[in-house]
Amino acid sequence: METIAHLSLGFGVALTLKNIALCFVGCLVGTLIGVLPGVGPIATISILLPITFGLDPTGALIMLAGIYYGAQYGGSTTAILVNIPGEATSVVTTLDGHQMAKQGRAGVALGTAAIGSFFAGCVATVIIAALGAPLTKLALLFGPAEYFSLMVMGLCFAVVLARGSILKAFCMIMLGLLFSTVGTDLETGQERLTFGIPALSDGIDFSVLAMGVFGFAEVLRNLEAPEARDVVKGKIGRLLPGWDDIKQSIAPVLRGTAIGGILGILPGNGAVLGPFASYTMEKKLAKDPSRFGKGAIEGVAGPESANNAGAQTAFIPLLTLGIPPNAVMALMVGAMTIHGIIPGPQVMTRNPELFWGMIASMWVGNLMLLVINLPLVGMWVKLLQVPYRLMFPAILIFCCIGIYSVNNQPLDVAFTALFGLFGYLLIKLGFEPAPMLLGFVLGKLMEEKLRQALIISRGSFVTFVERPISAGLLVVAVLVLAIALLPSIAKKREEVFTE
Amino acid sequence: MKKSILGLVAAAALAFTGAAQAQSYPTKPITMIVPFAAGGPTDIIARIVADHMSKTLGQQIVIENVAGAGGTTGIARAVTAAPDGYTIAMGHLGTFSAAPATYPGLKYDPINGMQTIGLAGGTPILIVARKNLEASDLKAFVAAVKANPDKFNEAHAGLGSVSWTTCTLLKGILGTPKINAVAYRGTGPALNDLVSGQVDFMCDQIVSVAEQVRANTIKAYAIASAQRSPALPDVPTTKEAGLPDYQIEAWNGIAGPKGMPKEAVDKLVDALNKALNDEGTKKRLLDLGTVLPTAEERTPAGFAALIKRDADKLTPALSAAPKQ
Repeated sequence: METIAHLSLGFGVALTLKNIALCFVGCLVGTLIGVLPGVGPIATISILLPITFGLDPTGALIMLAGIYYGAQYGGSTTAILVNIPGEATSVVTTLDGHQMAKQGRAGVALGTAAIGSFFAGCVATVIIAALGAPLTKLALLFGPAEYFSLMVMGLCFAVVLARGSILKAFCMIMLGLLFSTVGTDLETGQERLTFGIPALSDGIDFSVLAMGVFGFAEVLRNLEAPEARDVVKGKIGRLLPGWDDIKQSIAPVLRGTAIGGILGILPGNGAVLGPFASYTMEKKLAKDPSRFGKGAIEGVAGPESANNAGAQTAFIPLLTLGIPPNAVMALMVGAMTIHGIIPGPQVMTRNPELFWGMIASMWVGNLMLLVINLPLVGMWVKLLQVPYRLMFPAILIFCCIGIYSVNNQPLDVAFTALFGLFGYLLIKLGFEPAPMLLGFVLGKLMEEKLRQALIISRGSFVTFVERPISAGLLVVAVLVLAIALLPSIAKKREEVFTE
Repeated sequence: MKKSILGLVAAAALAFTGAAQAQSYPTKPITMIVPFAAGGPTDIIARIVADHMSKTLGQQIVIENVAGAGGTTGIARAVTAAPDGYTIAMGHLGTFSAAPATYPGLKYDPINGMQTIGLAGGTPILIVARKNLEASDLKAFVAAVKANPDKFNEAHAGLGSVSWTTCTLLKGILGTPKINAVAYRGTGPALNDLVSGQVDFMCDQIVSVAEQVRANTIKAYAIASAQRSPALPDVPTTKEAGLPDYQIEAWNGIAGPKGMPKEAVDKLVDALNKALNDEGTKKRLLDLGTVLPTAEERTPAGFAALIKRDADKLTPALSAAPKQ
């Protein structure tokens, strides 16, 4: 009952003309930057922060939140049409979404992504409204030891379920972990693996690595074979999925929403894991896993729903604990403090109109994105159909501007180019870059949590098996590895995954 | 869409600059380097102050976030830039007073190698602990820590951060430098683990911890300033609670390269003062829990004295801290 009263208060705030307009502007800007590879929500939100000075806090946050989840939507458009993930969370969508596009089913892929995201967004909005407060208690059960074990489990899954050979996937994850150790040691301030280059003293930036290995390398690969152009040139096809598509998508959308929603709540950017987890799950559950990577609609529907659900439930730790789970949320903290609202457990009681207004606006925003995106797909496609000679320089310029704007470091741009060459080499040698990115994203956090757990336990490794949640997660990890390495299963896996 | 928004921004910026009459300095936009990521406490204070300073100066102050190495990368870039008055930086306690003792290979000298402009504001530091820690007040906490230093875990936001610097000072004063220090990437995650009881205590700015203290998810032992804060009137000062030696504030202030023209320094000081006297700007800063600087601290000499005073206070504890 209380939830309904809260939501009606929220909708009262969100449905004022001004807030609807701000939500619309946010969603549109967000979709645009999501579509353009290289310009991310972090750069955009920080550029737009001063503009929100003149707005009231609720309106400002509604607009900034719109940019954030609008970018998640837009990111998948680029992933499907150009095979470049517009955002880190749409990496997985490139695998099957782009294959669908190549088969002339780009419209269905985009439509499925949009409808799946809308459904996930609606569910996530209800989850935030109903479970926000109790769910933060779950997150608090996770100490450093539990986080470390959770990530070990995640990486075991990633190795087992990666495409291609298990050894190559393992190598890529290890390489990702290794990349993540570059930079200043958190405890001692010593520089590691920096070769005396000052720009490396804070490590390799995620956007530098991702943009290089995915963005630049993709451009290089395309230049090599101009006829195999990846931007979908031909018909987008109808947008609304047919009855068969819907039947195939329902279960993945539901599962993806659940996985993404749960992972998004975990502080420490769990939202990034959602699409990966959903994809591997769909592949595992499928009757014929060999269709994956070749345009399976489940491989779009599941991860896209997980992506959007996670993007929204990531607001739970921010709104209820005041703790930002990722860089974009950290900017939201900034935006709130600028307006004199200190994020924390009290926001819900002290600024109810802000808290519930923002939650209601997420639903409004999701509806708006569906309405904006389906008719605008044609426009985005036109934007991406610009000829190579114009498009490649434009993509590279946008990537470079985006990368430069993160830290204002010219060397970052050079590093991106270097990673572009490296990514091209990986493609040529048949290594999948996605597990590397996952290893990289989790590596920093894993090292931090490992060392925190060991400092707190005074150096005793027993802490990881003493604590029940941590022990349970490790058992699952060992089981997954053991099962995958059983001779009979290993042989079957070989048949399924190696292409 | 994006283009038109950018256009609007540009038009708004032009409107501001057009309003002021042509002057000798500044004739072009001024870059203010913030050595941390956008959205952090220093960035927010810089943006609030720069917004009003731009109006006084008749030229836009552009904020450039150059993060890295505890803020020293950005400050090094600012104070080694051409001393023409068009590159300045917003630094803090860590980058100006603590850095020389924290980073052995520091590429700038905050005491003799830069031109101070003035202090923008200070934020008090609190000693906070997990809510179920036995000690009920600061005296009991100090006694417990001194008796069993190896039983406690302290959380901080990484080497060189405000929480690390101020807690290292606290441990120096208590004579217990060897307390387990657990490093986190940022205040948020550290606070998370304090709320869930994984670690025992930390020192941090009132901005970061006030809401958690009010919600009773953590407890505050004392505030390390001369007066109680209106934001948390029930928390005693360290003087009242029996640890008068622990006095420290995390402040933010503006400086530039040494050798800037006097005209530029004077105009920047004037613009800073006008910003700090503006009711709107003042309210924004006070809402953040900021303590506004005294008239003396708003001058280049007063700010330089503050940097020196805190450097002297911090250096012994920081040099002795286990780093390598």
